[in-house]
Amino acid sequence: MQMNRRQFFKVCSAGLGGSSIAMMGFSPNAALAEVRTFKLARATETRNICPYCSVSCGVLIYSTGDKSKNSQSEIIHIEGDPDNPVNRGTLCPKGAGLRDMVQSANRLKWPEVREPGSKEWKRISWNEAIERIAAHMKADRDKNFQAQNKDGVTINRWPTIGALVSSAASNEAGYLTVKTLRALGVTQLDTQARI
Amino acid sequence: MTNHWVDIKNADLVFVMGGNPAEAHPCGFKWAIEAKKTRKAKLVVVDPRFNRTAAVADYYAPIRPGTDIAFFGGIINYLLSNDKIQHEYVKHYTNAAFLIDDGFKFQDGLFSGYDEAKRSYAKDTWKYQIGSDGYAKVDETLQDPRCVFQLMKQHYSRYAPETVQKICGTPKDAFLKVCEYIASTSAPNRTMSYLYALGLTEHSVGSQNIRCMAMIQLLLGNMGMAGGGINALRGHANVQGITDMCAYSQNLPGYLSAPNEGDKDRATYLEKRTPKALRPGQMNFPQNFPKWFTSLCKAWYGNAATKENDFAFDWLPKLGGATDTLAMFHAMFEGKLNGFICQGFNPLASVPNKKKVGDALAKLKYLVVIDPLATDTSEFWKPHGEFNEVDPTKIDTEVFRLPANLFAEHAGTFTNSGRVVQWRWKSADGPGESKEDAEILAALFLKLKAMYAKDGGALPEPILNLTWAYTQPAKPSPEELLREINGKALTDLIDPKDPTKVLFKAGEQLPSFGFLRDDGSTACGNWIYCGTWSQAGNNTAKRDNSDPSGLGQTLNWGYAWPVNRRILYNRASADLAGKPWDPQRTVMKWLGDKWGGNDIPDMAPTAKPEDYVMPFIMTPEGVGRLFSREIMADGPMPEHYEPFESPLDVNPMHPNNPKAKSNPAARVYKSDMEAFGTAKDFPYVATTYRLTEHFHYWTKQSQINAIMQPEQFVEIGEELAKEKGIKAGDKIKVRSNRGFIKGVAVVTKRIKSLEIDGKKVHTVGIPIHYGFKGATKPGFLTNTLTPFVGDANVHTPEYKAFLINIEKV
Repeated sequence: MQMNRRQFFKVCSAGLGGSSIAMMGFSPNAALAEVRTFKLARATETRNICPYCSVSCGVLIYSTGDKSKNSQSEIIHIEGDPDNPVNRGTLCPKGAGLRDMVQSANRLKWPEVREPGSKEWKRISWNEAIERIAAHMKADRDKNFQAQNKDGVTINRWPTIGALVSSAASNEAGYLTVKTLRALGVTQLDTQARI
Repeated sequence: MTNHWVDIKNADLVFVMGGNPAEAHPCGFKWAIEAKKTRKAKLVVVDPRFNRTAAVADYYAPIRPGTDIAFFGGIINYLLSNDKIQHEYVKHYTNAAFLIDDGFKFQDGLFSGYDEAKRSYAKDTWKYQIGSDGYAKVDETLQDPRCVFQLMKQHYSRYAPETVQKICGTPKDAFLKVCEYIASTSAPNRTMSYLYALGLTEHSVGSQNIRCMAMIQLLLGNMGMAGGGINALRGHANVQGITDMCAYSQNLPGYLSAPNEGDKDRATYLEKRTPKALRPGQMNFPQNFPKWFTSLCKAWYGNAATKENDFAFDWLPKLGGATDTLAMFHAMFEGKLNGFICQGFNPLASVPNKKKVGDALAKLKYLVVIDPLATDTSEFWKPHGEFNEVDPTKIDTEVFRLPANLFAEHAGTFTNSGRVVQWRWKSADGPGESKEDAEILAALFLKLKAMYAKDGGALPEPILNLTWAYTQPAKPSPEELLREINGKALTDLIDPKDPTKVLFKAGEQLPSFGFLRDDGSTACGNWIYCGTWSQAGNNTAKRDNSDPSGLGQTLNWGYAWPVNRRILYNRASADLAGKPWDPQRTVMKWLGDKWGGNDIPDMAPTAKPEDYVMPFIMTPEGVGRLFSREIMADGPMPEHYEPFESPLDVNPMHPNNPKAKSNPAARVYKSDMEAFGTAKDFPYVATTYRLTEHFHYWTKQSQINAIMQPEQFVEIGEELAKEKGIKAGDKIKVRSNRGFIKGVAVVTKRIKSLEIDGKKVHTVGIPIHYGFKGATKPGFLTNTLTPFVGDANVHTPEYKAFLINIEKV
């Protein structure tokens, strides 16, 4: 019989509930109160990878909701993916705490700015954040861009900006970051590979 | 990794030096345990601390931090003087037989060509003798005094076991025991898997540390073999992938050396990067560089990249001067940067000398932090008691903090340390208004593009013409991006052997970089990832974990670069005739008409063994390098130099040459040189390390991890504790010449004092994970202490060996 992990949980919990209720003399059909099923049986299972070390362990993420439009998912459990040939379902003390990372009290929820000399953060909209940052960048680029060096070689470089690129981002986001930074003329960029 | 995680189970010996996988990479380390259980493999650990990897090892030897090259040099000397090398392998698959230029010398700790004022070498003598046929000269008898084998033998004859003991503090008998274990894998059918991490890289000689082990593995014939290889246990889950995308200055995606000020046009640029074979008949695979580079230009600039405009070569910014993290923060410190973007990175915590980094950030006009979490860096301007003493009213940096998503909240690929690219699926939206990194970058870029389109400005062309054919321009999908990275045909590709045959129609995804062209008819964002998304679909999402060979290759799980190859240089797993050195662990063999086995051949599929095409196809000589020519900044053969902060007054290898005390080619800024401490004021060696419950400066934000390891501690040996009157649980202050931190004393038997050159040296271990933001107890950033100096080649900071003093608070 072919069944996926989620179906397996469903069958197990139904079996357990059914048999114990029957033992107490109830007919399963007449039971109004169902024995509590595994929470994960109703959860949506998604395959992902632990973001910490480069063993890159496969993980199964369980979330509420069925991913339909307008349904808000919440991650309720994360465990090792037994199919993954490297970690085979195991997680270390770092990976075992992943749910608390996703739900960290220090997650950022909206754009903020700390004005020059200020002692505090101020919430701003995405629109304002992007507009203000882009204005800074364009003004600086237009002012300091170097088209040629003193020998007349075309260098097209923006020397007054630097960037650090995340190694916790996906390859796709990393590639896009590199592509856009180079297009702007950024040569001072680096990543955690060095640090 | 040249091999991969599961392959560690195929080893006869697992050697760990410069890593602690039992704690830092536990789920990968279980493959070392598997090797012990099923193959009766031995595990040998060399480390300053008797860590938990050592605790399950068959043999452990201590070492003073920062002296690995002396230890490795001793191993090389042992292997050569006891004839414990894989002879056929060394003769044919390495450059042992190659003759070196007569001008090359090593004297008094310096190689030929040293320029003290520039702290660098002119490397014109670090090269092969070239014959009249244009190829490198060789002596297959290995007897010529100028051949690599003889030069290497002479160079390392100076590293006798007594010398190793004197420098490293490793007792001679313990050192020799380690040598015996390692030498046992010189048998053609025995292999050693070598595992290392930051314990090897975070030194001013980090790159040369790794070179040593590469040389040892070549001498033993362990490269290309199942259960062999040089296996870097890397940091983040996608640090390999981001390295492959080359999010650093020197390279463009796929390790294509980025243009610099010396490259006036495309022709000059390509000429310098397209090598000619150094031996007859070799594959010299980098000869394809123009195809990879042109395809990248087409991926980025599409129809705007034409033959006439050099495929938009001028639009690529040209490098000038150093641009690594240390160089950037130094430039920032000097007020030369106005803006900084910090994506998923916490440099205030992770860059050396926190005071300097904080002062540097305060000189910026604007800082943009893109992160899922409130990092220490984002609040460098905010007072956090004694952990961050600053006056915000005096800091004029405008700081933006943009909420990004975490791994669970976006799809796309991560590449593990074994080069396996694996697709991940999104589970839930991030909190509040947080967005995916790609979406944030797109918003910023599209805004700038609109401004340049409307108002013009400095060189708008590369911005306006950058390809952006994403279905939702503001939200490029990971699927679209991976297809772009993989590459496709832009016109119908005609078979060069049969003009009537169309190999690929315009628009089709390509299955391998073998089809890329340099005439603008193909586009590819990263040539080594070509094959990840072919016409067959997303190969990184494959989830068939079957393992018919039993070697753990799982060729249908994800997609390994390059071309799904799991073990690099696997042609070297077979002898000259193509017969596996160990038929029990066949990776590759000659089948009579082609190469085959349990992996994708790292060789032209039909190159006959008698054609003598050697296995190291990415080198123009076709062989592995025991002598690295002019490629390294600090010498073609590794030499021991002391850390920049050393407990010794001189380098015991060169006691009379102060220029050769520490790496003579490492870059040191004047103000940082002045901030080095001496053993007089700071008598103890410090080494930073990681705990199994924490990951860098990240998990301190997760409650459960904070509960498991809540507070900064400092690990000291019993002897030192007694000398200083410190008891376990006491609060102690640790000072370097750059600042201080405080932590709880943990007194252990794990770090012993060592006798170095007649002097007793104590080592102190300092975990790194704490800071003033997070769920852990607020604490100091460990990098308050560390020196602002790095490796001579790649500038990885020297976090593993520096000087401190300690006192009871």
